Amino acid sequence: MTAMSALESSAAADTSQSANSAAAPRRRVGWRFLIGFILPVALALAWEAAVRFGFAQGRLMPPPSRIFTTLYDLAITGELFRHIAATTARILAGFALGVVAATLLGALAGASKLSRDAIDPTLQGLRAVPSIAWVPLFILWFGIFETSKIMLIAVGCFFPVYLGILGAILSVDRKIVEVGRMFRLSTPALVRRILLPAILPAYVVSLRTGLGLGWMFVVAAEFMGASEGLGYLLIDGQQLGKPDQILASILTFAILGKITDSLLAAAAAPFLTWQDAFARRD
Amino acid sequence: MLLVDNIEKIYPNGAKALERVNIAVRAGEIVAVVGGSGCGKSTLLRLIAGLDRPTRGKIMLDGEKIVAPHPAVGFVFQEPRLLPWLTVAQNAGFGLDDVPAPERNERAREVLQRVGLADHAKSWPRELSGGQAQRVAIARALAPRPKVLLLDEPFSALDAFTRASLQEHLLDLWEAFRPTLLLVTHDVEEAVFLADRVLVMRPKPGRFVAEIDLALARPRDRYGEALDLAKRRVLKALDHSLQAQPRGEDLAPAAAI
Repeated sequence: MTAMSALESSAAADTSQSANSAAAPRRRVGWRFLIGFILPVALALAWEAAVRFGFAQGRLMPPPSRIFTTLYDLAITGELFRHIAATTARILAGFALGVVAATLLGALAGASKLSRDAIDPTLQGLRAVPSIAWVPLFILWFGIFETSKIMLIAVGCFFPVYLGILGAILSVDRKIVEVGRMFRLSTPALVRRILLPAILPAYVVSLRTGLGLGWMFVVAAEFMGASEGLGYLLIDGQQLGKPDQILASILTFAILGKITDSLLAAAAAPFLTWQDAFARRD
Repeated sequence: MLLVDNIEKIYPNGAKALERVNIAVRAGEIVAVVGGSGCGKSTLLRLIAGLDRPTRGKIMLDGEKIVAPHPAVGFVFQEPRLLPWLTVAQNAGFGLDDVPAPERNERAREVLQRVGLADHAKSWPRELSGGQAQRVAIARALAPRPKVLLLDEPFSALDAFTRASLQEHLLDLWEAFRPTLLLVTHDVEEAVFLADRVLVMRPKPGRFVAEIDLALARPRDRYGEALDLAKRRVLKALDHSLQAQPRGEDLAPAAAI
């Protein structure tokens, strides 16, 4: 019995240790957050200095101060927000459409060998088509306005999410499914209590990949004739020779992309606190 | 009464895993099945659990034929197989989904208390040691109060200290709930420490070759003479079961030269 209690206390020490190490990174988060800014800020300052002191002209590559001035001007006239709103609305619509289709078809393909054999080869074949190749067809089918743009973004978001959910379903551990069988779970209960939680981490990753591709395809979509949107700002800047506007738009993409990705990750985080991830063992 | 009646299991590839296997286990009895790897002992347990179907023969629990996982039969796997997204308490109560939430929580708490993990109710499985995780797995299997608990080499992945303490834990639980225990193991010491009866299996095809009735009182002294003697009896039976298997050299001695 003494061996037993010694065992117990060492086990208890183990757990308290792991609890400490889980809390430690959270305390350092404030500092870690700043580390990420060092590199871009240093590069920006160096470029600013190079232009100020006459080492570079800054005509084709304007210094940060000019980019921010342009951004500020666009912002106070409200132009910037009109473009951001247009682009974000397209992304949201396209992403939603692509994710819903990908989730349904991925779940169907994962449901049985028969349904997988029936639909997966076709979808893999379509995946091999570069998504931009659909542009001419979509313009013919859906016109040059919103529908064709949203469809293109949806196609871009579709494949990573489809592959992600299908791969996640196929890699669910047979052993934990057996636990469900041992407790006589019905098929809906098995899906709800075992399959869904098991595929969630991989699904979230695929959603983030899909959203990233959504930002990529929104630019392609806005290149094919748009009168507003961040992609339009890019083209407009090229045609009127305004590199500062192009860079202001690129900067906005970077910030919006990061924000939407973080929002998605943050929305999923409460469901994934259980994960025994590499990153957690800091 | 758990009755395994003339079971035969042939895998789709034609391999015969079990041949004419018969067991009768009284309610509340502890029976250990020992044998080398590949002798079909895990297959036998899966058939009794209803996870697989026998090719021939039947399995009866109190007169009811088992064809699929049965509510009165619990299973402890070799690995804990806890669900990592559920807390320890939720894992322990996993099999109680048809019970209203307050009662489910109460019973999960009670069974965790029994395995000495009440303090860990809110922990995640990743925060447990191997021995703790296996205790949660035992708690999860016992929570629905099964009549029969099947254990498939449940302690084989643990170190010797943890294994010994878990064996004692299992006996405490058995005292409390008095389920029938059918334990598959390759550890002879474990078999004689726990069981009322030890069944020895032999492979190709898997079948029983010896039955050793221990009839030893509990608590048992792990290092006592009685257990030592019992251990030797089981080892001898195992040895017989190995020797009786003609090997290549015995059939054609010249081939060994």
